[in-house]
Amino acid sequence: MKELDETSKMILAEVADLHKIPVGAFNIRENGESVGRNSTANIEIVSKTDKSGIDIKIKPGTKNESVHIPVVISKTGVNEAVYNDFYIGEDADVLIVAGCGIDNCGSADSEHDGIHRFFIGKGAHIKYVEKHYGSGKGTGKRILNPVTEVYMEENSSCEMEMVQIKGVDDTTRVTKAELKEGAKLLVSERLMTHDDQRAISKYDVDLNGEGSSADVVSRAVARDRSYQEFEATISGNAPCHGHSECDSLIMDQGVVLAVPALKANNVDAELVHEAAIGKIAGEQIMKLMTLGLTEQEAEEEIINGFLK
Amino acid sequence: MLELKNITYNAPEEGIDKAILDDVSLTIPNGKLTVITGPNGGGKSTLAKIIAGVIRPDSGKIIFNGTDITDMSVTDRARMGIGFAFQQPVRFKGIKVFDLIRLARRTENLTTGDACKYLAAVGLCAKDYINREVNASLSGGELKRIEIATVLAKNSEMSVFDEPEAGIDLWSFQNLIEVFNAMRENIEGSSIVIISHQERILRIADEIVLIKGGKLSARGSADEIIPMLMGTDSVTNTCNIADIWKGGAKS
Repeated sequence: MKELDETSKMILAEVADLHKIPVGAFNIRENGESVGRNSTANIEIVSKTDKSGIDIKIKPGTKNESVHIPVVISKTGVNEAVYNDFYIGEDADVLIVAGCGIDNCGSADSEHDGIHRFFIGKGAHIKYVEKHYGSGKGTGKRILNPVTEVYMEENSSCEMEMVQIKGVDDTTRVTKAELKEGAKLLVSERLMTHDDQRAISKYDVDLNGEGSSADVVSRAVARDRSYQEFEATISGNAPCHGHSECDSLIMDQGVVLAVPALKANNVDAELVHEAAIGKIAGEQIMKLMTLGLTEQEAEEEIINGFLK
Repeated sequence: MLELKNITYNAPEEGIDKAILDDVSLTIPNGKLTVITGPNGGGKSTLAKIIAGVIRPDSGKIIFNGTDITDMSVTDRARMGIGFAFQQPVRFKGIKVFDLIRLARRTENLTTGDACKYLAAVGLCAKDYINREVNASLSGGELKRIEIATVLAKNSEMSVFDEPEAGIDLWSFQNLIEVFNAMRENIEGSSIVIISHQERILRIADEIVLIKGGKLSARGSADEIIPMLMGTDSVTNTCNIADIWKGGAKS
């Protein structure tokens, strides 16, 4: 595999906790091209022929294996849309680590739009971790617009962890999921925006099968003059359980709009949403100050805990 | 040693300033367990908060080990050696019990074993709690004991506990007394101040201070003060239960 420069290595560590070549299947994309790839006996990664992107095929019954597909953009002015499709065989149980980091030191915007589709077979379980990160002192923006579609067969389950803590100037994240009987979706989103950043996150979950369930939990912090929108629609089309929770801390002149929505199309659909927006409670800061922390240290600890 | 000199504090009540503390002067010596007691609304908790810096007095001076700390921040007082256990501990989303104890110890390298001993000291099975979030899943009593554990972990020269017994069930109360007894055995060079209504806490005091109507009303040993409190409304200020039936069932 091609030797990566220091910036790319730093980004890989940030978005995928990778400090060396990962074990198992992987595809590392740097500035628009694949710079390293490995398939295993059970997990095959092949390039798409009609557009940019890859197909990841995971054989039925594959257990305890992982796939890493990080994306690194270290040049200014890169603009790409990438289509990645995951086919997860029945009863497989795998970890998928995606993530994208942009280091933009130039004046042109860099943008990565990752369109991920997951086809999760009967009884399969995946854990999907996606981290987004931006760095670089250039005036060019770091833009990420991920689209995630999840199609879940009977009794499959999917845990998604989506994290964007720092440095992404503009993001619109769209996540759609369709669940059949007994399928279970858990989403944990953690988001922090600062300076003049803007982040929009939309979820559209269809609970189509009896006994399906979804839990969408978002924790977000909006600092400085940043703006966030959280919009989650859960439709219960069968006897099912749906829950969404949006918990936001606002600081400085940060703005958050939370729009949780529920639609029950079946009398046995049980749907709940919770949304809360507020500043850090004064008593929390005061408690940590009595332990000897400064007001600023107390705020940082509270935010770190909240987003952990 | 802590000296409070002519402390006055007013708070608005129904639009009119009411004196919560009125010219209170008090010295709290080292090496002693001091219990501040008195009726509800008498100013005890306000005094504790004034010591910790959570509220500032309208006038008067606070001297800690010879240094005037009246205008010092909560942080600076904590760093100088004042610890404070809140009467109503706050909850945090995401912060774990371990994190609070680590912050109280002011170290990045706290082992789980070290953290656990503070929980064990307040009667919590450490392994069940150390990784729990300090959030709404904890009961009031659990939260209260964790609050006390953080103050133990901070190991302050002066530890102030604001009504530690509030929210603690009877079963755990003996354990709480044992915690204070153990602190007192190791009190050398430090001091403990407890705001309390509880007779059993009053009994372990080296000195009791009675605050009533915003004024220092009496001070002395447990043997001197407790008999004065019994049979008066000074300790609990509870209603006479017979009052409920006064006037018959129709009223």
